[in-house]
Amino acid sequence: MSHLLEVKNLDVKFDTDEGRITAVENISLSVDQGEVLGIVGESGSGKSVTAKSIMQLNPGNTSYNEDAEIILDNENVLKFTSKQDLKKIRGGKVSMIFQEPMASFAPAIKIGAQMVEQLLIHKNINKDEAKSISINMLKRVGIADAEKRFNQYAFELSGGMRQRAMIAMALSTMPKLLLADEPTTALDVTIQAQVINLIKDIIKEYQMGVIFITHDLGVIAQVADHVAVMYLGSVVEKGPVNEILKNPKHPYTKGLLEALPDINNLDEPLKPIPGNIPSPLDRPTGCVFRTRCPHHNPEGKDGKIEMKLIEVESGHWVDQCGMMCGQHE
Amino acid sequence: MSENLISVNNVSVNFDYQENFISKKQKIHAVNNINIQIKKGSFFGLVGESGSGKTTLGRAILGANKISSGNVIFHDDDRNYDLTNMNKQDLKEYRKKAQLIFQDPYAALSPRMTVRDIIAEPLEVMKITNSRQETDEKVRDIAAKCRLNIEHLRRFPHAFSGGQRQRISIARALVSNPKFIVADESVAALDVSIQADILNLLKQLQSELNLTYLFISHDLSVVAHVCDVVAVMYLGHIVEMGPSRELFKNPKHSYTKALLSSIPSIDPEKRSEAIELKGEIPSALNPPSGCAFRTRCPNPGVDCKGGDIKMGLTEVEPGHWVDDCCVI
Repeated sequence: MSHLLEVKNLDVKFDTDEGRITAVENISLSVDQGEVLGIVGESGSGKSVTAKSIMQLNPGNTSYNEDAEIILDNENVLKFTSKQDLKKIRGGKVSMIFQEPMASFAPAIKIGAQMVEQLLIHKNINKDEAKSISINMLKRVGIADAEKRFNQYAFELSGGMRQRAMIAMALSTMPKLLLADEPTTALDVTIQAQVINLIKDIIKEYQMGVIFITHDLGVIAQVADHVAVMYLGSVVEKGPVNEILKNPKHPYTKGLLEALPDINNLDEPLKPIPGNIPSPLDRPTGCVFRTRCPHHNPEGKDGKIEMKLIEVESGHWVDQCGMMCGQHE
Repeated sequence: MSENLISVNNVSVNFDYQENFISKKQKIHAVNNINIQIKKGSFFGLVGESGSGKTTLGRAILGANKISSGNVIFHDDDRNYDLTNMNKQDLKEYRKKAQLIFQDPYAALSPRMTVRDIIAEPLEVMKITNSRQETDEKVRDIAAKCRLNIEHLRRFPHAFSGGQRQRISIARALVSNPKFIVADESVAALDVSIQADILNLLKQLQSELNLTYLFISHDLSVVAHVCDVVAVMYLGHIVEMGPSRELFKNPKHSYTKALLSSIPSIDPEKRSEAIELKGEIPSALNPPSGCAFRTRCPNPGVDCKGGDIKMGLTEVEPGHWVDDCCVI
């Protein structure tokens, strides 16, 4: 069976005044129907850029490599150039939920009008039908008084409510793929728990593929089936969620898990990963993590080992330099 | 000499609110009748969701918000400062002794000043040092303690990453040699790998410089790790307070229990054990009568549902205080 989405050898570069920045390098990922792929990484790791590439939402100074492919439903979206084709993916086959719903809704247009507008663009239906679909969707995501909310503005809703409305809007066109970019980061924990449960229910109900981007390993553990760990534009480790979180191989994944304060284990001291994330302008050659790696693998430290994922267990891929570091312990 | 550094006694903070110029003036009850004692040398944590009043309380203790009723006493070695009754001169003195570290290190540092000038500014404003040489000496001293290099001092903030900027903010807060620090969500904007580093630095500086912290955060795991005493706030009230280990192992209030269960576990096999709270935090303009939590409480009693139980803390174990409504 072919995958719903397959990203192959994707490089994304930005041309800036200070030179060409590599935001994403040689990424390959796949998502099946009804599956949640979690992408985890710190700021600047290229998580959002990867997701935006799928909808071609990166800014004008972006360049992709020639041999990159993003296959969605057997079509390479990177080859889409006409407005018509792009419309098919943006909001049609693919929808996106953002971190800060206040910034994603237009402030001066009623929520209902925004929901109806996108339905009219993507579906061959009239205004009344679009309105009833939208109100049903608002009810489905647990918004009480859906009819009233439909006629309100984004600022009249609370944070959790706004995020629910955002989810309703993203789902009303019945996309095949949902991109969720830090959808719970701006929410309080109690509201976060509500939204996570909602997203899980909806995935089950509609059988869509999801890419869930977050920096929070706890959230990943709760929602994802597969995980890709990104650092400075590269995937350093990927595999089933249980494998990655319980049996991490790459020193960066291990470091992230150790740096996380665990409420069930208060005696363990917090172990930061030494150093700072390098600027993408001076991205290390060879292994991207070598400037902060706690291990001493002489060749890896000098940047002589190229980045390459190798399969250590069925479905569990680790960067070869990170793998060697692990063996040097 | 008192063993407490800060005593907060029956403090309430109200704000006036008017939706538009013709509507009635209303009061927002941001902080209601709070009593806390912060011991010298302790790491006091304040947790709660957005809108619970933690920042307002922190600012009130620093004298940055007006206190509507009650008082805050700062016990210094030789004298006590009463924040509600202080003249300008005393306030100046107090500001040297109580400092604030902000949340967002990108917004807190002026982009047009060098790191040296940023750290030196409090010294100059408060006229603590008399010569440039003395200022430089103090700046270099505190920068080294916060693990900044001497050559960093000549650069501008844009050259630094989030973690380094936060260290600059910490250095600026500590340069006047304060005794009390309010750290308001000081690690919330940082990546996990850097967050641990800053938390360790705060701990280390605490023992080196004899500091007392009020650590405000929404992240319970972080608070559990660094704080000795924790107070949980909800809608302007403290609903539970106690030594952090006791409180996190043995939470009594339903809100604390729900908060703790809502932290996503990093074990994929332990999914959705969260006690789901219905709805959201009510508006402080129109808080529920009686127990503030009753509108969302998963297992309310008959009395508390009707709003007949007044809020107030009862000591259930030594040092562990719980709101009455959940004790009964």
